[in-house]
Amino acid sequence: MKMQLEVKEAAVAYDGNTVIEGVNFALQPGEIGCLLGPSGCGKTSLLRAIAGFEPLARGAIRLHDKTVSQPGNSLATEQRRVGMVFQDFALFPHLSVAKNVAFGLKKQSPAEREQRVTELLQLVGLEHLREAHPHQLSGGQQQRIALIRAMAPRPDILLMDEPFSSMDAELREQLAREVRELLKRDGITAILVTHDQLEAFAMADVIGVVGHGELHQWGSGYEIYHQPVNRFVADFIGQGVMLPGEVISTSQVKTELGIIEGPIPSGCKPDCKIELLIRPDDVIHDDASELQLEVKARAFRGAEYLYTLALPSGQTLLCLVQSHHNHQVGERIGIRLDVEDLALFSQQT
Amino acid sequence: MKLTFWNTTVTGIALLLAIPLLVVVANVFVPAGEVWQHLAATVLQDYVVNSLLLMVGVAIGSLLLGVGTAWLVSMTEFPGRRLFEWALLLPMAIPAYIIAYTYTGMLDFAGPVQTTLRELTGWGYGDYWFPEVRSLEGAAIMLSLVLYPYIYLLARAAFLSQSLCVLEVSRSLGNGPWRTFFTVALPLARPAIAAGLSLVLMETLADYGTVQYFGVSTFTTGIFRTWYGLDNAPAAAQLAAMLLVFVVVLVTLERSSRRKARYHKTGRGQQVLTRLPLTGWGRMAATLFCFATLLFGFLLPAGQLASWTLETYQAVVDRRFMALVFNTLELASLATLLALLLALLLNYGRRLQPTRTVRFAVRVASMGYAIPGTVIAVGVVIPFGWFDNTLDSWMREQFAISTGLLLSGTIAALLFAYLVRFLAVSLHAVETGLERITPSMDEAARAMGERPLGILGRIHIPMLKGSLLTALLLVFVDVLKELPATLILRPFNFNTLAVRAYELAADERLADAASAALAIVIAGLIPVILLSRSISQTRQESPSS
Repeated sequence: MKMQLEVKEAAVAYDGNTVIEGVNFALQPGEIGCLLGPSGCGKTSLLRAIAGFEPLARGAIRLHDKTVSQPGNSLATEQRRVGMVFQDFALFPHLSVAKNVAFGLKKQSPAEREQRVTELLQLVGLEHLREAHPHQLSGGQQQRIALIRAMAPRPDILLMDEPFSSMDAELREQLAREVRELLKRDGITAILVTHDQLEAFAMADVIGVVGHGELHQWGSGYEIYHQPVNRFVADFIGQGVMLPGEVISTSQVKTELGIIEGPIPSGCKPDCKIELLIRPDDVIHDDASELQLEVKARAFRGAEYLYTLALPSGQTLLCLVQSHHNHQVGERIGIRLDVEDLALFSQQT
Repeated sequence: MKLTFWNTTVTGIALLLAIPLLVVVANVFVPAGEVWQHLAATVLQDYVVNSLLLMVGVAIGSLLLGVGTAWLVSMTEFPGRRLFEWALLLPMAIPAYIIAYTYTGMLDFAGPVQTTLRELTGWGYGDYWFPEVRSLEGAAIMLSLVLYPYIYLLARAAFLSQSLCVLEVSRSLGNGPWRTFFTVALPLARPAIAAGLSLVLMETLADYGTVQYFGVSTFTTGIFRTWYGLDNAPAAAQLAAMLLVFVVVLVTLERSSRRKARYHKTGRGQQVLTRLPLTGWGRMAATLFCFATLLFGFLLPAGQLASWTLETYQAVVDRRFMALVFNTLELASLATLLALLLALLLNYGRRLQPTRTVRFAVRVASMGYAIPGTVIAVGVVIPFGWFDNTLDSWMREQFAISTGLLLSGTIAALLFAYLVRFLAVSLHAVETGLERITPSMDEAARAMGERPLGILGRIHIPMLKGSLLTALLLVFVDVLKELPATLILRPFNFNTLAVRAYELAADERLADAASAALAIVIAGLIPVILLSRSISQTRQESPSS
């Protein structure tokens, strides 16, 4: 299948300082990607390079089968057919909602323009606000208008820079789902930049974890959570602990909690000392289990408790349990492990 | 540094505008000989002492009026509060030299006040004591009456921005409203008040018309006298440099106060303050205090000017007067357009290439607002005269042609001085407008396929229109009011309204001066209206946002 966006060995630099490099990924038409990483990791620079606001220091960007960026040769943003949604929405305060949405529809006839604006406003249920000005809208409404304004000229790709960061947490997830639905309905290829993993999981088909100027992993939400390729991804995504152990065969790891079986990634020879990532949902509460561990701390999360358990060696373990299993600190509870993917890392010295 | 269109343009403009200041400072090292010793032995001490006394007097007067009225209209409720909120800005429309001679006309022996007094009591000349308005104290009162709005504006904004919570915490800890004012509200507003006060004192130092008319020897009158009386340019420049030392102290005070004011902001003023409802005598006193400030600062002098104008306009407003108006408008329009053009160039330069050099250059270009007109004039005359003489002698040697004075005594010199002094005003207005256009708006437009010129036409120009108009109006009015630099630099026989009003008043033809003065005051109302509009806007926005 033809790729809508291809990023090859891309690097972005400001005044000679490389902020991100060696980036490779691709998106199929209609796919929604996400660049996820802590602030200052270079993800926004990458997005701006795709938009054409920053030149590439190395590598290439291909959009809809046409090279748009390579060192020393960058197609101007206005000729790229990209749509962009900004963190601050960047609505034009002197124009009405309808005129904002119509801003990029210069080539269409007035009738076509009118029709497209109406169609998009209806899509987000804001038809009644077409003559309003941006300052009269709520944050959520401004966000939707910024989105359909970027969608209006039917761009080859829609770029979103932290589009939900100014919303409060509840609205954020709801909007992320809404936006995903809209993009999927129109078959729009899009990339979202965010530091919020829940937002990434809610919106994206495929997620790239970015940190310290490089793209560490490109995969589905499940993959980056359960099969992180390195410690950075393992630490940045979700919670968990590193359990020391030893590879004893091609499918077995020996730990303090016994022998854990599963496919072992190639490159891990028997006898090599490793650490195994254990996510809280890998640890199942089971009163019948022989393995009884002491509760060191607990945090109530509504639907569940997150228990911190202590092993005899002092090693801790996190365990997610339905909240009517109410145990006090100091009690011993039974657990068993249910690890499907073995995420192994060499021991840190 | 790579040379580009923007950084060359911006640094070029800044260097040009810095010439007067550099010349004045450089002249410190030129020996002025006996003249300087003569000055130091005779009048220099007077200049320093009088300037300092005047500053102390104006500080007391303007703090009393400015902070008092600001607190009343922002924190309490009394009859007429909403009217006073903007009306208290009106005195800003009257230049100090105009209010000075208006009061002189009202209070001198033949004026309406003393005449009425004599009629009522039957006293004659020499039978009674009457305060002399033409004195140092009088000058301090005049300047306070028209300069307090600077403090009023900043103090009022500071009081309004104090969050209700901070004041409520004080009340909940057992402090009454008065104690809360002195222990919480006033200290929190102190940086803003200090910033306002430093602006007031800068204006006080820059004043020439008032002190000259009242015969008070200060730095500005001293510079004039050294220049014209003793004909010694280096000595005048050295006096100007001494004056600059005072200015630098004030600018530093203002800058640091503004920085502190930012930290002292305790809230976003989201909740509307419950004003302290005054009762009985307090109510009456509040209304009376605000009304008296307005009466003496604006209503009385403006009324007097209007009545003089009615008496004399038939004789005064003739073809020569209209030529005067035309001169003034022409000069002000030219200066205004140039200032706007430069402000646009500098602001766009900084937006498109925000390098350290460019940012520094823009700051240099906006320094002039703090420099007294007299100082700028001295800094313009010296280099322009040198340029003319050098060119003239070179041309005579080479081609036996005398070029004479090309720049000195021309409108060009005057326009240049106005630009140095008032560019900051238009720079700031344009900057405020440009800040509203965020970089992401430019990028959003480009992402939707718009080219740079299209972005200018569809976004920047429509969004900047208001700020550009403000910039035009503010500079226009400032040029109209400017006196000392115009006096020194104007071409021979070229008069403006301000110069004419000053000359007539100096000849004791106060009533004849009123037409020109009233025209200046009416023009001066424009910025007051702009300011009061922004005040009413913040009032509307604060409850909702």
